[in-house]
Amino acid sequence: MKKTYKIDVDCANCANKMEQATKETAGVKDATVNFMTLKMSVEFEDGADVDATMKQVLKNCKKVEDDCEIFL
Amino acid sequence: MNKKQKKVLIRIIVSAVLIIALQFIPVTGYLQLLLYLVPYLVIGYDILRKALKGILNRQVFDENFLMAIATVGAMALGEYREGVAVMLFYQIGELFQSYAVGKSRRNISDLMDIRPDYANIERDGKLEQVDPDEVAIGTLIVVSPGEKVPIDGIVREGSSSLNTSALTGESVPRSVRPGDEVISGCINEKGVLKIETTREFGESTVSKILELVENASSRKSRSEAFISKFARVYTPAVCYSALALAVLPPLISLLLGQDANVSTWVYRALTFLVISCPCALVISIPLTFFAGIGGASKEGILVKGSVFLETLSQVKTVVFDKTGTMTKGTFEVVGIHHSPVPEKELLFYAAHAEAHSSHPISKSLLRAFEGDGGVPDLGNVSQVEEISGEGVTAMVSGKKVAVGNKRLMARLGLASMDCHEIGTVVHVAVDGEYYGHILIADEIKEGAKDAITGLHKAGIRKCVMLTGDREETAQSVAQVLGISDVYAQLLPGDKVDKVEELLSQKGKKEMLAFVGDGINDAPVLSRADIGIAMGAMGSDAAIEAADIVLMDDDPRKISKAILIAQKCIRIVYENIYFAIGVKLICLLLGAIGIANMWVAIFADVGVMVIAVINAIRALMVKNL
Repeated sequence: MKKTYKIDVDCANCANKMEQATKETAGVKDATVNFMTLKMSVEFEDGADVDATMKQVLKNCKKVEDDCEIFL
Repeated sequence: MNKKQKKVLIRIIVSAVLIIALQFIPVTGYLQLLLYLVPYLVIGYDILRKALKGILNRQVFDENFLMAIATVGAMALGEYREGVAVMLFYQIGELFQSYAVGKSRRNISDLMDIRPDYANIERDGKLEQVDPDEVAIGTLIVVSPGEKVPIDGIVREGSSSLNTSALTGESVPRSVRPGDEVISGCINEKGVLKIETTREFGESTVSKILELVENASSRKSRSEAFISKFARVYTPAVCYSALALAVLPPLISLLLGQDANVSTWVYRALTFLVISCPCALVISIPLTFFAGIGGASKEGILVKGSVFLETLSQVKTVVFDKTGTMTKGTFEVVGIHHSPVPEKELLFYAAHAEAHSSHPISKSLLRAFEGDGGVPDLGNVSQVEEISGEGVTAMVSGKKVAVGNKRLMARLGLASMDCHEIGTVVHVAVDGEYYGHILIADEIKEGAKDAITGLHKAGIRKCVMLTGDREETAQSVAQVLGISDVYAQLLPGDKVDKVEELLSQKGKKEMLAFVGDGINDAPVLSRADIGIAMGAMGSDAAIEAADIVLMDDDPRKISKAILIAQKCIRIVYENIYFAIGVKLICLLLGAIGIANMWVAIFADVGVMVIAVINAIRALMVKNL
């Protein structure tokens, strides 16, 4: 399953770091962060709990870039 | 500028004024440090705070952390002015970047500002504004002058001219009359129109386009992937070499019994840290693609993602479908030959048998029949059977009618007569007897010849035309246009095979584009390296299958799209080489002590500003 979220982040490299952090989160199959459109699209593993996974994603993103937001 | 940016701007001005004022205050020692700490903290407190947080989260190669180390280090070495300046210029760079990015974001979203906010419905004689999502198919909506058409439909009352420039880049308005189809997203310029909707809002052209634009670039280009990989390696590599630069040379000097010169080497190491920030690269590449995609959409060329812009720039072979791409696809009946019955009767059979098909040829038969004063009665038609690539058989007024090409006649065991004129020949058989053929001709599009010349100018080596039409028709069109490779009489499946064959012939780095009008060629569109759908307004299948959608049906847009892609990729490479080049040179100069902190600041902020300005050039595509 694939879902798109609006995000907020200030720098392009931070967006790349968020992408990397999201990809490494359990339950996420693949993810892309588009800095220009401020959107994140996440593909989840089959059977993953979307809400819980996204909470973890946000936590992991905050770790690599404190100044970021994902609008869940 | 938004609030955040304004705040940073004020901090920049304050600390810049302070730093200049400090030049004239003759103090030394700790007092001087104390005074310089004021502008330093004004400009850099948030960076220092983020750096601390980064350390807590074990993010060592975080830009804030690097900037903090570099500036604190410079201050510790007594280079107060440099320390503050690095922070100051870093913030100026960040501000410029966020302003430029924000501005191009807004520019491009304005460009695609085609979302209708409401639809007008007449209720009890009064107009009422409703959410377009709530309008059911078949509702009569009213569009006043100056308003956007919210939903696809057919004009029932009123006439006007429609401005389609937001959709197609075409500035000449289109006039519409009752009976004409209109697509959502156009702006009504003159009269009031009453439109019967034919789709739901979600399925309307405008929604499809917005969906496409908003989901564009979820697939990243290879250059973008390269840059994010590069950034992940580059920053740590530079940091480790900075560490090595600070430690090894002094250590070696000590071992050799010379003066260690620690502060010189630490200063050089700090310049490394300033250069280590990958910002210029990381921002300029996606920004270039974004600007390129935005510029293209202004011209009515929708690109589904940066990866397609990249592929398009490498296209060397362009394969077209003839009908609807190079020719108008609006067929007209130009002759009826060898018919044993009156022409009108033959048209009656052909038009009725084909009445259920939306193929342009079928429509032209119906038009000719109606133009001749006939009134179609679909109640007469039953047992319609379509034979792909051959034609149709049906029962019309109790007679078994077959309408199609030579192959269909051959299947029925009938000898058909060839036609000596150029055009599409539709053979008709009634009750197992050959009734002659109808000649239908298609006009070559205006600009089709220029389109081919333009493609060759854009560096396309091979243009190939595929068509289901007869050899003679195909050859005559090809001759007019100047295309040498033509494959005619192809069934829809053959087109895929042909494209596969062409794909296997070309070099690995040379891409093949297929251009079709979206009718029956979705499989080919998705099979080619890059699929371009043309005149796609209203054709969902094409919008879905294609990678690039040309909103109107001007074939010259094909070379334009390729030129835009080439320009965009050229800028991407310029930025990659320029940014990496300058950074490497500055690193080298910094290591041997020629480049000081100021050069490092240029390598960081200056390069980023130049790269961003260069990236925005990709938006300017009007005169390509």
